[in-house]
Amino acid sequence: MTGEALIVLENVNKWFGPLHVLQDVDLSVARGEVVVVIGPSGSGKSTLCRAINRLEPIDSGSITFDGRKLPAEGRALARLRSEVGMVFQSFNLFAHKTILQNVMLGPVKVRGEKPAAARERAMSLLERVGIASQADKFPAQLSGGQQQRVAIARALAMQPKALLFDEPTSALDPEMVGEVLDVMTSLAKDGMTMVVVTHEMGFARHAAHRVVFMADGQLVEQASPAEFFANPKSDRAKDFLSKILTH
Amino acid sequence: MTEFLHVLTDHWSLFGKGFGNTVKLFLIAAVGSLLLGVLLGAFRVSPIPALRWFGATYVNIVRNTPLTLVFAFLVFAVPKLDVDFEYFTAAFVALTVYTAAFICEVVRAGVNTVPPGQAEAARALGLTFAQVLTQVVLPQALRSMVPPLMSVLIAMLKNTTVAAGFSVLEAGAIPAYMAEFGEPQFYVLLWIAIGFLVLITPLVLLQRFLERKLAVAR
Repeated sequence: MTGEALIVLENVNKWFGPLHVLQDVDLSVARGEVVVVIGPSGSGKSTLCRAINRLEPIDSGSITFDGRKLPAEGRALARLRSEVGMVFQSFNLFAHKTILQNVMLGPVKVRGEKPAAARERAMSLLERVGIASQADKFPAQLSGGQQQRVAIARALAMQPKALLFDEPTSALDPEMVGEVLDVMTSLAKDGMTMVVVTHEMGFARHAAHRVVFMADGQLVEQASPAEFFANPKSDRAKDFLSKILTH
Repeated sequence: MTEFLHVLTDHWSLFGKGFGNTVKLFLIAAVGSLLLGVLLGAFRVSPIPALRWFGATYVNIVRNTPLTLVFAFLVFAVPKLDVDFEYFTAAFVALTVYTAAFICEVVRAGVNTVPPGQAEAARALGLTFAQVLTQVVLPQALRSMVPPLMSVLIAMLKNTTVAAGFSVLEAGAIPAYMAEFGEPQFYVLLWIAIGFLVLITPLVLLQRFLERKLAVAR
C-alpha cells in the first residue's frame, strides 16, 4: 500500500488514571489499507481503535483523519464520526429499532437523506451481508453473528471513508465467527480502509496488508502478515505468538 | 348518608370550581415540569461540564427546599422585584420549578439504565448529542422511567393543594369555605379524598397502558 495516509496518529498518549494505556503511539494508515492490530489483552489496542473517532479522547499527541485534526466535542466531531464507521465487540444495535431502522437511522438523521432512498440502500446492504429477510425483526431476535453483520451494514450505510473494528468477533459463538469474517474479508478485497483489532490470526494472515503488534500501551512492531507471523522481531511478539499458535 | 350526599350536591359549584382549578393547575404544571425536567436531565448527562454543574446544582437546591417555601418565595419575594404574578401563575411556576427537579432525577436514572454501548454506537454514526438522546437513549430509557415518573406526577397532583395556602381556589381550599357554611368537616374531607382518587385513577391507567406498550416495543 503506497496510497496517501488517511489516518495518522502522532505521539499519542493516553492515561486511565495512573495507567499509561497509550505510550507515544505513531501509526499511519493509508487509503485502502487493511491494518490488523493484535496483542495481549490490556495492551491498549481497543483504546487505540476508539481514539481514532474520539470515543476515547487522548491526553496528548495528535490524530489526523483525511487531512484534518480530530475536532473537540461538537458538530464538527459528529461530522467526522459520520465518515468513520465503527463496529463494536458487543454489536450495539439499537435495541428499540428494527434491523432496517438501525441501518437507516444514520443516513436519514445525520445525512438528511430521503427515507425512501435510505431504505433502498439499507436493503441492498442487508442483502450484501445476507440479512435482508430479517429486516423487520428486532436485534434481540437475531443471533450474534447476524447482529454483527447488521452492525457492519449500519456502518456501511454512511458510506464511510474508513471502518474501525473493535474485536468484532470476540463476543460470538465459534460457529458464527466465520460469517462475520467473510463479510470483513470481502470489504477488504473491495478496497475499504480498515483498522481491525482482533484475535483472529487467520484473518490477519489472509486479509491484512499490515499487522501491528501492541503490548503495554506501546506499538512494539509492525510488518506484513507473512513477515510478522514467520519472523517476529521482538521478544514480546515471539512470546505472544508462541502462546496463541501452539494450540 | 343523605347529609353526606348533600355536602356535595348543595355545593356542587364550589367543588366543581375547586377541582376544576386543581386539574387545570395539574395539567399546566405537568407539561411545564416535564419539559423543564427533561431539559435539566439532558443537562445532567451532557458532555459539557457547565451544564452538568447547573443541572446538579438546580436539583440539590430545589429538591431540598420544602414546597411551601418555594411557593412563599414566588408569592411574597418575587413581587418585590416588580414582577407582578397572579396567584394562579405563581402556583403554576412554583409547582413546575419544584417538580422539574424530581423529573430531572427520573430522567437521569432512566438514561443510566440504557447500556452505554447504545449511546456510543449512536455517537459513532455521527449523531449529535441531542439526536443521541432523542433517537436512541430516551426512547429506551422511557420504559424504566414510566413508574417513577407517574409517582412524581401523582405526588404533584396532590401537591397542588399547597396552592390553597396562597389564595388559589383549588380542591385544597374547599374545606375552609365549607367551614364557613357550617358543613361537617369530616364529610367534606371525605369528598375531597374521593375527588383525588377519581383524578389519580386515569394516571394509574395511563401508567399501565404505557408500561404494556413499551414492553412490546422491543
